[in-house]
Amino acid sequence: MNEFAAEHPLLVVVLPKVVILLFVLLTALAYLTWFERKVVAHIQARWGPYRVGPHGLLQPLADGVKFLFKEDVTPAGADKFAYFLAPFLALSLAITSIAVIPFGPSGMTIFGQPTPTGITNLNIGLLILFAITAMGVYGVALAGWSSNSKYPLLGGLRSSAQMISYELALTMSVVGVILMAGTFNLSEIVTSQQGFHWGIVPRWNVIGWPMPQILGFLLFGTAAVAETNRAPFDLAEAESELVAGFHTEYASFKFAMFFMAEYASMITVSCLATILFFGGWLSPFPQTPLFAWTHYIPTAAFALAGLALFAHGVRYLTIFGRIVLPVLGVALFALGVLFIFPGVNGFVQGPFWFLLKIAVFLFIYVWVRGTLPRFRYDQLMNFGWKVLLPLSIVNVVITSLAILLTQR
Amino acid sequence: MITPQIAMFLILAAVAVAGALSLILQRHPIHSALSLIVVMVALAGLYLLQGAEFVAAVQIIVYAGAIMVVFIFVIMLLNAGEEERSNVSRLARFVGVPLGVVFLVEVAYWIGRATSHLGGAPQEMVSTRDLSALLFREYVFPFELTSFLILIALLGALVLARREESD
Repeated sequence: MNEFAAEHPLLVVVLPKVVILLFVLLTALAYLTWFERKVVAHIQARWGPYRVGPHGLLQPLADGVKFLFKEDVTPAGADKFAYFLAPFLALSLAITSIAVIPFGPSGMTIFGQPTPTGITNLNIGLLILFAITAMGVYGVALAGWSSNSKYPLLGGLRSSAQMISYELALTMSVVGVILMAGTFNLSEIVTSQQGFHWGIVPRWNVIGWPMPQILGFLLFGTAAVAETNRAPFDLAEAESELVAGFHTEYASFKFAMFFMAEYASMITVSCLATILFFGGWLSPFPQTPLFAWTHYIPTAAFALAGLALFAHGVRYLTIFGRIVLPVLGVALFALGVLFIFPGVNGFVQGPFWFLLKIAVFLFIYVWVRGTLPRFRYDQLMNFGWKVLLPLSIVNVVITSLAILLTQR
Repeated sequence: MITPQIAMFLILAAVAVAGALSLILQRHPIHSALSLIVVMVALAGLYLLQGAEFVAAVQIIVYAGAIMVVFIFVIMLLNAGEEERSNVSRLARFVGVPLGVVFLVEVAYWIGRATSHLGGAPQEMVSTRDLSALLFREYVFPFELTSFLILIALLGALVLARREESD
């Protein structure tokens, strides 16, 4: 097997990684819709999806099937080519960007072949991500224009103007991090954040040395929400003004593709925020004998979650739930037990902390959507150009000054 | 002997030329703009093939991303429709087309002569660090001059586009 892998690294190592990541990502996208609906519902004192499966767990599946069987209408007078191109462009670009994200420390080995944890490790990973984000606007703009309808056109116009404005602030806000790390390589940016202040506080960029990037992080977070067209910056699909904005005329699975693209870019942005400002896959605890117990946090988390789910599941309302939930609980518990074994334990540390941090950011995304009212269009433009952009330039100047002073 | 690099070059070059032709031949402005985006992305691929990864990424971010979004934004804002195809005027047919062909042949000839003895593509990527060192040490004066020029053009456009204050 090892010789075969050495001869065909593309077939044996890269292709399976792509397939697995794609599978995980698409499942995550589906359950992110469930997660968002649940969290927003609880913010608004509702229950959210509850009927399809226990706690609505099969709702994404039902939605997917529904999307597939709906009639796919093309509006009269639509520009056919652009109308079909737009959803494909949106989804494929949004998914592509996951390829450069490192999920754990480099140096995974599959069949004797060293390979990065993640699909690829590029020297210009960050730039490629921004390039893909920059192209992402065409999906929205073309969808709005090609539908031959007034509300989508307005949505498309708004979104292209908004994305131009906020992309500047987004790119400028990470320059501070690049200056401190001295590289565009996402893996190296993470490893540059190793170490601890006073042996206990992690030196992640957000509280890093010589210049904590708190301002940079806040600017990045704000611009990123706008860049992904999410509330409170979802002017492109403001349902109270534009019906559904740029995707008003899209039905069936094409609509689902826009939906998936939006969630995929949410995941990408959360990954990026984690990598750039919160130490990526690095554990928040020092790697000293005193903190050796922290290696069993993944085990404890999974096992406790499994137990809780089991205890809750056996008393669930429906019979179906009384079967599914305990089984899920047992599976989680088994995973937790699996994480005790030394080899597995070492491997899951990176991805565990990384995914945990991403989950926090995804929650914040939904939280913000559930609590903040939408901006007005002129407020949005003023905020982008007169507040975010100047502040991000100030951040760059201060950070470079701090680096210059500490290097002397 | 076709190496993967040459194959990639041929594909990207074909895409770029096809995109450029489509840019001229399309009748709808949006389709022309989309063709231009294809050209930009293909060019970025060619830069990458030459080992200039930073230039390739910036090509996509700035040209294919920012600048073309503004193009499309303006076309959408003006709601420009399809263009009428008109017959070629007599002047263009008898003077313009032959002159164009002569110019094309001439340019192709000189480029062919100038690049006939170039080596293959570099084996290593040019690192961003080297590029910036070159840009900010050796060529810092032309670099700053260019940015100053762009700034002046920007201010000029702003002054021209500003509405007269009615007082």
